[in-house]
Amino acid sequence: MHQLQVLLFASYAEAFGASSVTVAVPDPATVADVVGALRRLPGGDVLPDAPLVAVDRRYAPGVVHVRAGQEIALIPPVAGG
Amino acid sequence: MIRTAITTSPIDAAALLAEVTTDATGATALFLGTVREVNDGRAVTGIEYSAYTAMAGEELQRIAKEASERFDGLRIAVEHRVGTLALREISVAIAVAHARRAPALETSRTIIEALKQRVPIWKRESYVDGDRQWVDPTTAHVSATAP
Repeated sequence: MHQLQVLLFASYAEAFGASSVTVAVPDPATVADVVGALRRLPGGDVLPDAPLVAVDRRYAPGVVHVRAGQEIALIPPVAGG
Repeated sequence: MIRTAITTSPIDAAALLAEVTTDATGATALFLGTVREVNDGRAVTGIEYSAYTAMAGEELQRIAKEASERFDGLRIAVEHRVGTLALREISVAIAVAHARRAPALETSRTIIEALKQRVPIWKRESYVDGDRQWVDPTTAHVSATAP
């Protein structure tokens, strides 16, 4: 297991009560592992079936591998415009 | 020419028009998104926009670049504002100039649709009754009269 930091925004930051959280995931880990770990945290029940995740500022599907040092962010439903 | 920005300052639409228009352009499309007073049946007094600023800037630039590749000679300027906006204030401005109108109009539409799908920006509406709520387009009530 290793620790990864995940950035949170808007409604998700409110739900988790923080602008970032640290999750413990297997090594190597995928985006899906990170989402699974987030779901188990207090507030994680607000997440939809397949929340958007960005890795290094690009959207990344569940199968993508992540490692410490990458910028990982959980993206609430976007509402720009 | 492409310029995109996430900004905390009020958007100057005339400045964007001037920026994209040249002697060679004969058509300029300007799209503005503004804060409206009613959303989903509730009276809105203002909107607070927030962003994952670093990614929003990069994603907006990617969208403009992708759109620019469909026609030669496009000139594109896009700004999205973040912060607290009052009714009628401009939240997003897209100026696209080209020699001809079709590429200008089509590109403007392409950019706003992609922006709404992809750019990590969120808005929290304030209502007359003092309540505030994050807008979630994936669960929003669909109104027959929505623009």
